[in-house]
Amino acid sequence: MNISIIAFAVLILVSLGLFAKNVKTIIRNINLGKDLDRGDNKGGRFKLMAKVAMGQSKMQARPVVGILHFIVYAGFVIINIEVLEIVLDGLLGTHRLFSPLGSLYTFLISTFEVLALLVLVSCVIFLIRRNIIRLKRFLSPEMTGWPKTDANLILITEVLLMTAFLLMNVVDAQLQSIGAEHYTQVGPFAISGMFEGMFSGLSESSLVAFERGLWWFHIIGIFAFLNYLPYSKHFHILLAFPNVFYSKLTPKGQLTNMEAVKKEVELMFDPNADPYAAPPEPVGEPERFGAKDVQDLTWKQLMDAYTCTECGRCTDVCPANITGKELSPRKILMDTRDRLEEVGKGIDKNGKDHDDGKSLLGDYIKEEELLACTSCNACTEACPVNNDPLSVIVDLRRYLIMEESKAPAEWTGMLTNIENNGAPWQFAQADRLKWKDEE
Amino acid sequence: MSELKVPTMAEMMASGQQPDVLFWVGCAGSFDDRAKKITRAFVKILNKAGINFAVLGTEESCTGDPAKRAGNEFLFQMQAMGNIQVLNAYEIKKIVTTCPHCFNTLKNEYPELGGDYQVKHHSQFLQELINEGKLTVEGGTFKGKKITFHDPCYLGRANDVYEAPRELVEKLDAELVEMKRCKSKGLCCGAGGAQMFKEAEKGDKEVNIERTEEAMETKPDIIATGCPFCMTMMTDGVKIKEKETEVKVYDLAEMIAEANDL
Repeated sequence: MNISIIAFAVLILVSLGLFAKNVKTIIRNINLGKDLDRGDNKGGRFKLMAKVAMGQSKMQARPVVGILHFIVYAGFVIINIEVLEIVLDGLLGTHRLFSPLGSLYTFLISTFEVLALLVLVSCVIFLIRRNIIRLKRFLSPEMTGWPKTDANLILITEVLLMTAFLLMNVVDAQLQSIGAEHYTQVGPFAISGMFEGMFSGLSESSLVAFERGLWWFHIIGIFAFLNYLPYSKHFHILLAFPNVFYSKLTPKGQLTNMEAVKKEVELMFDPNADPYAAPPEPVGEPERFGAKDVQDLTWKQLMDAYTCTECGRCTDVCPANITGKELSPRKILMDTRDRLEEVGKGIDKNGKDHDDGKSLLGDYIKEEELLACTSCNACTEACPVNNDPLSVIVDLRRYLIMEESKAPAEWTGMLTNIENNGAPWQFAQADRLKWKDEE
Repeated sequence: MSELKVPTMAEMMASGQQPDVLFWVGCAGSFDDRAKKITRAFVKILNKAGINFAVLGTEESCTGDPAKRAGNEFLFQMQAMGNIQVLNAYEIKKIVTTCPHCFNTLKNEYPELGGDYQVKHHSQFLQELINEGKLTVEGGTFKGKKITFHDPCYLGRANDVYEAPRELVEKLDAELVEMKRCKSKGLCCGAGGAQMFKEAEKGDKEVNIERTEEAMETKPDIIATGCPFCMTMMTDGVKIKEKETEVKVYDLAEMIAEANDL
């Protein structure tokens, strides 16, 4: 067995193993969230996933970038068929294992080449949008530092991988034309064929070295990229599917009714309840009302955070953000993910019950951001992967009001009015029908 | 001034009657001076169409929507349970309301707490009356007027009601002009999520100004809406822009009533 086959097998094993380990950590982190039943209506959920995740229906709200994104997505998925050949070639020591398919092979590789070129062009346009045109939503305060670098790294990597794939075929064609050993005659392909003779001056040995170099660069690049995913917003390419599948299916305006509150309120309304009875012994830790930290959110809200790819469509349509307020729904989910990562690392280091004294509310998200939300659902409507930043905002507000009694003075007055006279303003309930006699 | 016929549930019950539908007036519709006009306009239409309806009157209480959106789930559920007791005691099956916030809460958040009703926004209710022939509308004063409809978030995005209000505008023989951001992309007026009851957070613009400017771009004669809070925000916006003589803000019910000389 030759050394490059062994090296290749080790590369695959190590990168798949590492990837699996990091994915397991993410799943563990998501499961730090509270239970939530989203197992109903599987048929409807599959349809939604087909439409929104596979069909990218919500991306098409902005058609130009929607189509470019679809090209990158379709290109990525389809070109992966070629990766299968590359992996088998690497493991078996063959070259162009699928070439006996004849004209079908030429057709397939030509298709991959066309897609690769389209992906390359799209990624270049995306880089221009981010760095030269400088779209407003990519310049928000939360988009400095790592998020900005992350986005550029993803795009540059894709450009490099596609270039390597195309260039490899150009060199391969040159090797075929000089009749080099091992280089199966497969004829020219759609894109690389256009660059015929580009490397005609090079000797056979340098061509082979060049081709092998590109081959290794391409496949190592793919496995490196795979292992980059768990550290990147680009993880959305995997999570988008389950995330849309487990979307909220009820009307957008419907907020959850908190079960813990329901039990207490029902007791208060129960005419048979004994007001002097000793409260039942609490079982386990008392439940926190609302969310202070990531563990108080549901697993779905945490999955939202890992699925967010920071496109900023939510922030772009947020009335609070548009009018210069502190709130950015994108930041709410980015903060949730960053805090969850921090909590996860703490657990890895110091065990499950580790408390670092920090929390999502306060250390990451400020009251002022939460108070700016109009609950208008523009963010949830705009999100291409059906994330629900509004639910996180509401849960944090619940903690502020119910656990800390923190509310702007005007809200305290409004709440007192509702409690005392059944209206947010100070009008007597007895006057509720007065409108009838006024004109 | 014609006398409004507004039976209460208590009166109905005392005389052994049951209404076909309960009109949920809401806090704004009961107490806010501008919104009370919407309430009266809607009742005039109900009277004219001969609808057998009733109101809860002094037995109605806030649905709890602003408390819930502010984060006070306790107060919300207290309000909800109290209202549900009253509604269930009167065996209410159908509810119509002129407030999208009440509409959303009654329709979506009450069922789990034991209050299951068929709830309609008044735009849907009016559209049905027209379709059933119980109400006829001719353009009258609104004929040929340019009207832009501001989608209330809790009617549109929250509950996917986009067409009923627009069909009403078209029934008035008016020219419906859409804003740049409309329907599912409509921009909030700035009042939702209990913002109505506090000063806006620090920023560089008020949301209602942004929205009013957008409405103005359509050069409308009338900004129509279907929510008492949007009404306040848009009316304020028009005033701040000093356009109140050229541009009027009306609720759908007010326009239908006026077109019927009510």
